[in-house]
Amino acid sequence: RRCPRGLRLPRGARAPSARVTAFPRCRYLLCASGDFVKVYSVSTEETVRVMGGHADLVTGIQLNPHNHMQLYSSSLDGTIKLWDFMDGIPMKTFTVGPKLLALYTLASAEDSVFVVIPKKGERDTFQLVSVKLTKGAGQDLESKELSVVLDGVGPSVKHIAFGREGAYVVSVKHVNLQVYFFKRKLLNRFCLSTVKTKGGDNRFSCVVCHPTEDCIATGHADGKIRLWRNFHHRKEYTYSTLHWHHDIVMDLVFSVEGTRLLSGGVESVLVQWHNESSCQKDFLPRLGSPIECISMSSDGSLCCTLHTDNRITIINSNLRFSRSIQGLIKSRDVKTGLVVDPRTKALVLNGEPGHLQFYSFQSDQQLFSLDIVQRQFIHQADLKQSDLVKVAFSARGAWLATVEESEEVTDPELQLKLWFYREEAQSFELNTRISTPHDNHITDMCFRDMDELGDDSLILVTTGRDCVFKVWVMVEDTDPEAHQSVSWSCDFVGSYHNYQATNCCFSEDGSLLAVSFEETVTVWDSLTWDLKCTFCHPPGNIRKICFGRLTCSKYLIGATDYGFLCCWNLLTCALEWSAHLNIVVLQPDPLSEHIAAVSWLSKESSLFVFKPNEPRPIYIQRNLCKEKILLAAFVPRDEPEIINSEKYLWLRKSQLFFLTDTQELMTLSTKPLEERLTPSSKQLAVEESLPVTPFSLLLGKHRRQQAQEDIDLGKPVVHNKQEQASPAVKELLHTPAHVLPSASFLCTIFINSLLITKENKSAEEVADEVEMESEKAEDDSDEEDVTAMEQEDTSHMELLGEMTCKLSKSQEKELRKIRKMDYSWISAF
Amino acid sequence: MAAYKPVVVQACPKLGEKITQDTLYWRGYKTPVQIKEFGAVNKIDFSPVPPYNYAVTASSRIHIYGRYSQEPIKTFSRFRDAAYCATYRDDGRLLAAGSEDCSICLFDVSGKAPLRQFKGHTKPVHLVGFLSDKYRIFSGGDDYSSNLWDIPSAKEIISYTEHTDYVRCGCPSKVNADVFITGSYDHTVKLFDARIKSSVMTIEHGHPVESVLLFPSGGLLVSAGGRYVKVWDILKGGQLLVSLKNHHKTVTCLCLNSSGQRLLSGSLDRHVKIYSTTSYKVVHSFNYATSILSLALSPEDETIVVGMTNGVLNVKHRKPEEKNENSQKKRQPAYRTYVKGRTFMPKQEDFCVRKPVKRVLRKYDKLLRSFESSKALDAVLEPPIMLHTPEVTVAVMQELHRRGTLRSALAGRDEKQVNLLLTFVARRVIEPRFTPVLVTVADMITDIYQPVVGQSAIVDKQFLKLQEAIGKEIDYQEELLEVLGMMDTLFATFTKKRDTCLEEKKSNGVTKIIGTSRNY
Repeated sequence: RRCPRGLRLPRGARAPSARVTAFPRCRYLLCASGDFVKVYSVSTEETVRVMGGHADLVTGIQLNPHNHMQLYSSSLDGTIKLWDFMDGIPMKTFTVGPKLLALYTLASAEDSVFVVIPKKGERDTFQLVSVKLTKGAGQDLESKELSVVLDGVGPSVKHIAFGREGAYVVSVKHVNLQVYFFKRKLLNRFCLSTVKTKGGDNRFSCVVCHPTEDCIATGHADGKIRLWRNFHHRKEYTYSTLHWHHDIVMDLVFSVEGTRLLSGGVESVLVQWHNESSCQKDFLPRLGSPIECISMSSDGSLCCTLHTDNRITIINSNLRFSRSIQGLIKSRDVKTGLVVDPRTKALVLNGEPGHLQFYSFQSDQQLFSLDIVQRQFIHQADLKQSDLVKVAFSARGAWLATVEESEEVTDPELQLKLWFYREEAQSFELNTRISTPHDNHITDMCFRDMDELGDDSLILVTTGRDCVFKVWVMVEDTDPEAHQSVSWSCDFVGSYHNYQATNCCFSEDGSLLAVSFEETVTVWDSLTWDLKCTFCHPPGNIRKICFGRLTCSKYLIGATDYGFLCCWNLLTCALEWSAHLNIVVLQPDPLSEHIAAVSWLSKESSLFVFKPNEPRPIYIQRNLCKEKILLAAFVPRDEPEIINSEKYLWLRKSQLFFLTDTQELMTLSTKPLEERLTPSSKQLAVEESLPVTPFSLLLGKHRRQQAQEDIDLGKPVVHNKQEQASPAVKELLHTPAHVLPSASFLCTIFINSLLITKENKSAEEVADEVEMESEKAEDDSDEEDVTAMEQEDTSHMELLGEMTCKLSKSQEKELRKIRKMDYSWISAF
Repeated sequence: MAAYKPVVVQACPKLGEKITQDTLYWRGYKTPVQIKEFGAVNKIDFSPVPPYNYAVTASSRIHIYGRYSQEPIKTFSRFRDAAYCATYRDDGRLLAAGSEDCSICLFDVSGKAPLRQFKGHTKPVHLVGFLSDKYRIFSGGDDYSSNLWDIPSAKEIISYTEHTDYVRCGCPSKVNADVFITGSYDHTVKLFDARIKSSVMTIEHGHPVESVLLFPSGGLLVSAGGRYVKVWDILKGGQLLVSLKNHHKTVTCLCLNSSGQRLLSGSLDRHVKIYSTTSYKVVHSFNYATSILSLALSPEDETIVVGMTNGVLNVKHRKPEEKNENSQKKRQPAYRTYVKGRTFMPKQEDFCVRKPVKRVLRKYDKLLRSFESSKALDAVLEPPIMLHTPEVTVAVMQELHRRGTLRSALAGRDEKQVNLLLTFVARRVIEPRFTPVLVTVADMITDIYQPVVGQSAIVDKQFLKLQEAIGKEIDYQEELLEVLGMMDTLFATFTKKRDTCLEEKKSNGVTKIIGTSRNY
């Protein structure tokens, strides 16, 4: 029996921590992400494979310098794994012991790798050690042979770099730079002044080494880049400074030849330095979010940047944006809540600054990103940016309401925007913009959910800290010249004892509106806007409210600050039941009566699912996760899932998602991990193994045409093996140009190999053949066959001695007989 | 990678009148020509035949003006006392006028002395008109009677004494030679038929009737009196069709335009309103310097002539139609250049490489893109932008403030630039849509340039201006708050009676909450 468990999805969760590695042929991108190593296809941006096996965060990945189909990965669980990433198979596991914080490999070091481990007995000091990877037959091996290379290094993977051909290793920490020369066993230390002058800050942030020269580039906290030379000498070392960044340099990378240096930081601008003397530089601005890491493919044709919002951007060598790989974008703060788009069933939440992202869980893709604020985002610390804070969809997703406000506490620049979904454009269009809808922050917003009554009954309610709630309705524009027929305007303003309005919620039939004012819940008639009744459960402000649905629509649920969950009966206006729980999330399922409540108590979140008409929960999951769950959402399933266990019947119609304070997206599922994360088609990997050359494109085109012709003729498609499978062509395509014999020699072989044999005739011939074959006697065709075979045989002789599997004459006759047999009786079955 | 997003300029919906076809049509007049007459102009009448001269009756004279002449081309001044209501006959050759001395004179337009004099009224004659058969004249006088005269014999044909007050206006029917109407200060409009000895129809207007008008079809009658213009259906027995109340003082004159599609009314409130005769809505209105007594429109709407109480004649001529020949002659790129390369249909297997669409950015956007704050501010402080589109200037200032570079952009400017900035701020800071941003800007400017106050007279003057503007605004806001307080008390007394409703509706953004204190 399968047990449901909280599944942690690493994609939304942790931004890839280690430096990304691009595959030499630039087809795959490997990336450590949470506990997994992910393989992305560079051309399609899809996740090709997810390699799981580590028990904790993966801290470093490095390609095996001796075999480029293999990958080393290190993790906080103290193991190094060797993977065959083409197949996604773990080949070896080396258990080291202590936490591994970074991993480095060197081509010159035969069978050892370098890792950063915490120093025993001391806190916050780390050392670089080399680990000898034991050779053995088994899968799981112990590698306890550690030898310390450097002491007092930084914990980050960016703080250590290996020099050209592994001659030396550089480590930076605070304001100290140390270089260790392996051969001479010499350690040089250099120290910058700690005094901060004129806003300068000399602390190191990252270090890289020049691939061919003795040169070290270091990034600093004040945005300077220093290029160190001559560091063999303790005294006569020199450095030059490059300065463009106004804030910390997050990462640096040299191009493969070492002619260019790329740097990135908070400004989200990729800077390319050409020549240190001329200070010539190129920029790739507006990459979306601060750059965390930069990585270069081994042939130098591609470079990718890793951003803080969990996104990878692939950039061409000429500094042109190529494509980006993104899942759930991590925003600075999810203020909008987790909302479900009724149209696409995508989760909607804050994305890039000022954008709304529509994230589809099924495909792990961002469906689209809607620009709400429509202003240029300036990546700079301590700026008061305006961002999206509230989102609401109408019942069928035709209308979207968004609220944006600036971060200023006293005078927020509020804007309420209403967007209409236009079918033709397949996207939302701005319909109405209302400046300063409330005098203070807007706390909650909801549409009246009425499917059956149509758009005329659409009402939007906003509650604000200015102690009122406002009702917005659509009004027809009477002016025929206005380009839109409807716009929104305020219809009613309500308040209660000058208390701050905190939450609002419509009942299922839309007749009642519940608005909570601090400690009190007020219920209003939505037709006349009369106050019907009030509820409260002192002490403590109301935190969340919601109405029951379907059979439980007479109940109103509220959660208070002092840890009470209350259920009031709207018919009797009395408290039905209450429970002592510190509820942080209250989420009703739109398709059933169930309500999910998440409580937060002593550093663990628990899930309770209940029906309002009975105080006993139908499902309890204690200790759901260690993080605080902030938001939850029910996403309706396309078709009800078959769930055997009675305990989880509430998950049948919708799926429950949670978002924690560390922005991890989680869901409850009854299926184990493997079934859900089916690797997206191995086919992909196979097809892509063919290199794309102009020649293959030409061939592909030719092949496609032929296939089309075959289909047109109504003949079963006989695949032309020759172009593909013919060893001559294959050889021609795959042999490096410099070892090929002269073209005049190859010409005849090539032409011969393209000659059409009996099976594969050109279009006209095939057409004739269809008619002829029924009439012709067998012996006629035999003659032809002989000549064809002879031709082929000669061509094979000339080829590189390779024998292809060809049918003999008799076998061929046999085949033909079979083909002529009448199989129509089969169809009778 | 996202492209640069230009600064969003907050568009404000334009209040006030919308531009319609009518506004464009009626605005198409040149600046008026003012001609001073000797007294209040009580009647203007256009000759129905070209060259459309018009007769202006003022004081004891009748002036005839040509189309573009500023001086009268002819004057009839043989009146001992004030003349009234000089009217052309349909052929434009005879002119009749009443007078204060109880007589009616008939002039030949080319002659000087009156051809005939009609005597019979005992009080001044304010109304004279030709019936459409050209041989009879009708008149109305302050002796409450309306008479019909025969021109050849200069004899009175018939006299109706049905009105009970002065008869001041009238109008012949164009379709029936025997029918005419008169309006009187006894609040009635009467329809007479010369074949019958009494009035055919009496219409109760409700106010002293100042002007009447018959539509060319003869089916509709328009009467003006008091503040009302009323339209009556004669064929339905004098049923009220519509009553228009668009003036706030007495309506004194009515006029139809040449096509009969628009009705014009002039009033003592100095306005001429133009109504559509299909919807009876005001489609345009003219403003004049003083109260209007008479109004006339030439055929083809070429000229609007308005006479006022202070004796000023205001003449507006239509602008000549703008000829677009010049612009058409402008050399356009050949058709070939437009279709070049666009007709090519790509085949299925072709790779399409599109030219990237070039986005055109405004100058300030280009500068903002490259983070040149001061230059961006300079770009929007150029007079054309600052004067005509102040919202752009304010939007850029707001953007700079958002980026935290506004202070450095404002600093380090010379006297001339500071003067420019302060002029802008002092002028616009009181506009509600700009206030939040410009208050910040004003604060910063005062902060930055505080040390140099007193060194430049120009800048000091601007600072004082700013202070004055803000002081005025504060006073104004205080007054408004007082009014709001008064209204609140008024509303509070209302809501006590209706206990159920707690709040009032609100409109366009201004919220008012009344009587929320109810105890539960």
